[in-house]
Amino acid sequence: MTEKILKYDGSFKGFLTCIFTAYEQKLKIIQILPQAEDQEQLFTGTHNIITEEQKAQRVLKALKSKASVNGIKKIKYAFLSEAQDIEIKLYEMIRYIFSEKEKVELDYSHSAVLYISKIAKQVAREKHRMEAFVRFRLTKDKIYFAIIEPDFNVLPIINPHFKKRYADQKWLIYDIKRKLGVYYDLSKMEYVSIALPEDIGFSGANSEYFEVGEIYYQKLWKEYFDCTNIKNRVNMRLHVQQVPKRYWKYLSEKSPFA
Amino acid sequence: MDFDRIKEKLSILADAAKYDVSCSSSGSKRKNTNKGLGNASEMGICHSYTQDGRCVSLLKILLTNHCIFDCAYCVTRRSNDIKRAAFKIQEVVDLTINFYRRNYIEGLFLSSGIFKSPDHTMERLISVAKKLREEENFNGYIHLKSIPGASDELMREAGLYADRLSVNIEIPTKSGLKLLAPEKDHTDFMKPMEKVKNEIIQYKKESKLIKHTPTYAPAGQSTQMIVGATGESDRDIMYSSAFFYKNYNMKRVYYSGYVPISNDPRLPALNSQVPMLRENRLYQTDWLMRFYGFDIRELLNKDFPFLDMDIDPKLSWALRNRQHFPLDINKAEKRHLLRVPGIGLKSVNKIIHARKFKKLNWEHLKKIGIAYNRAKYFITCDSREKELRELSSENLKSIIIQNSQSKFRKKLNNQLSLF
Repeated sequence: MTEKILKYDGSFKGFLTCIFTAYEQKLKIIQILPQAEDQEQLFTGTHNIITEEQKAQRVLKALKSKASVNGIKKIKYAFLSEAQDIEIKLYEMIRYIFSEKEKVELDYSHSAVLYISKIAKQVAREKHRMEAFVRFRLTKDKIYFAIIEPDFNVLPIINPHFKKRYADQKWLIYDIKRKLGVYYDLSKMEYVSIALPEDIGFSGANSEYFEVGEIYYQKLWKEYFDCTNIKNRVNMRLHVQQVPKRYWKYLSEKSPFA
Repeated sequence: MDFDRIKEKLSILADAAKYDVSCSSSGSKRKNTNKGLGNASEMGICHSYTQDGRCVSLLKILLTNHCIFDCAYCVTRRSNDIKRAAFKIQEVVDLTINFYRRNYIEGLFLSSGIFKSPDHTMERLISVAKKLREEENFNGYIHLKSIPGASDELMREAGLYADRLSVNIEIPTKSGLKLLAPEKDHTDFMKPMEKVKNEIIQYKKESKLIKHTPTYAPAGQSTQMIVGATGESDRDIMYSSAFFYKNYNMKRVYYSGYVPISNDPRLPALNSQVPMLRENRLYQTDWLMRFYGFDIRELLNKDFPFLDMDIDPKLSWALRNRQHFPLDINKAEKRHLLRVPGIGLKSVNKIIHARKFKKLNWEHLKKIGIAYNRAKYFITCDSREKELRELSSENLKSIIIQNSQSKFRKKLNNQLSLF
C-alpha cells in the first residue's frame, strides 16, 4: 500500500468523495488538499478526486448513523475553517468515528476529536458575530448590500439566518476575501461572483452606488450609538473584548465616515 | 424626512432611555410569517456594544421625555431643566424598520415619559407596536414599558403585540419611593405586573387547549431596581427581587447602579461613583438564587444584611457555613456541588458526566475548568494532596484573596478606603 495525496475541488462534497475513495480503494492517505494549493510531491502518488454527489451522500449517510446531528455539524463547521491540514484531521476523526461501535464524537481524549471541536467552536463564534455585525446598505437598485471578510468561510452557514429574517427584501452579502457572494432575490438564494468598484468600502454611502437616504440612516445609527453610552461607566478593556478591533471596519457606528 | 430634526430627537430620546439597563432580545420564538420582515432569535443577538460594555440589541428610546411626574432619581423629571422632545408614531416606526432592515438591531424597546395620563401614554406605545406588527408585518422583537397606572384593558392589548413587557419598580423599598417619588403609589407599579402575569398564565393555558392562540408577551416580563440611590441594604434589594420572581413570574430583575444625575440633597452627590462592584455582587446573588438552588435568606438576613464586596457571595456563604464542607467531588449530589465556591453550572454538569467514567482528581478538575484556587479548600477528590482545611474562615478568606486576581481589585481598594 503506497502513500497517497488526494486533491479535490475544495467543496465539502468533494471532501466527502475523498473519504469515500479512501475507503473504497483502501488507500493510505497522508494528505488531502484543495486543488488551489498545488504542490508537486515527488515521492508519493497524487490522486485527483472528482466530486460525486452519490459518493458524498453515502459518506454523509454513514456518518449520520455513527454521529449525532451536532457531531456532523461540528465536522461541517471545522471544514469551513479552511485551516491548514483540516482535511486530514477531519479524516482522522471520521476514521475514529467509523471504527468504534459507540458514538465517540464527544471523546475529547482523542486528539483529532478535541482539535475538531475546538476549531468548530471558533467557526461557530465567527458565524454568530457575522450574523450580528453584517451591516446592509441600500443600493440604488434597492438591494440591501453588505461586505464581509471573515477569517473562516462562514457565508454558507450564515445565509439561512438572513433568508429567514429578511424574506421581503432583496439582499446580497459578499465575501471579498473569497470573492463570492450570496444574493437573495425575494424567492431564492444563489451564489454570485461580481467585480466590485474599489471605492465601495465597508461603510459610508458613495452616492454613485447607494440610495440617497442611505447615509442618513448610517448617521442616525451612529448618533444613537453615541447617545446610548453611559460615560460614567466606560470600560474599554471589556469593550474591545466584546468587539475585537478586526471587526470594527464593518461597523459604521465605530468607523468615521463622511 | 427632516433629517436634522429626527437626529436631534433621537439624541435626546436615546440619551434619556439609556438608564434602562435591559437590552435583552432573547426568549421569544416569533417567526417570520407570510414573507414578512424579521423574526426573533431565541438566544438574542447583540449587534454592537457601547464603550460602557453593554450590549446594543434593540433601538432603545423614549417616545417622549415630557413627564408629569417629578421623581427625584429620574433624568426626565418634570422639574429638571433639559431639552424636551417627542417622536411621532410614524417616526418611530420608520426608524425601527430602517434600522432593522440594515441589520443594526433586533427590534425596538420603547418607553416613555408619562404625558397627560398613564392610559394616554400606554395607548400611544401600543399604537407604535400595533402599527409595526399589522402594517409593516414586522416580526422582530418588541419590548414595551408598562406604564404604572395603565388600565387592565390596555395591558392586555400591549401583550398581544409585544414580546416583553416591563415595569421598572426603580426603588426597592416603599419608604424610598415615598421619599423620592411622593406622587407615585407603590400599588400603581404592581397592578400592570399582576395583569400581565395573569394574562400570560391564561394564554399559556388556552394554547394547550386551542391550537391557534395568539402569543402573549412570549418573552415574559422584567423589572429594574436602582441600586445605591436611597441607602437601602442589599437585603432590601434582594428580598424585593425574590418577591418579584416568586409572585410575578419575572423573567429577569435588573439592578442598575445609580448614575448621579441630580444635585437633589436626597440623592448621592453628582460626583459620586457609580456602584458598579455592588451591582455585580447583586447580579451574582440573583444567579445563586435562580440557578444554584439558594434561598435568598441563606445569603442575606438580619445578621448579614450587606454582601461582602471583596469576595463573591457564594464564597462568602461557604465561609460562614463550613460545616457543609469538604465535599467528595466523586460522590456529592448535584445540588451540593452547586454550592461549592469556584464551581459553576457548566463545571458541575461536566463533573457529573465525567465521574461516571473515572474517579476525578485535581488534574481532571483543573482541565474541566473549575476555579481551583477557591474550590480546593472545599472539596476532596481522588488525589492524596489535601488542602489546609484546619484554617479558620478569616484566615482562609485572606489566603484566597491573596492568591486570586480580581478585576475589581483596584476599584475595591478605592472603595474600601472611603470607609
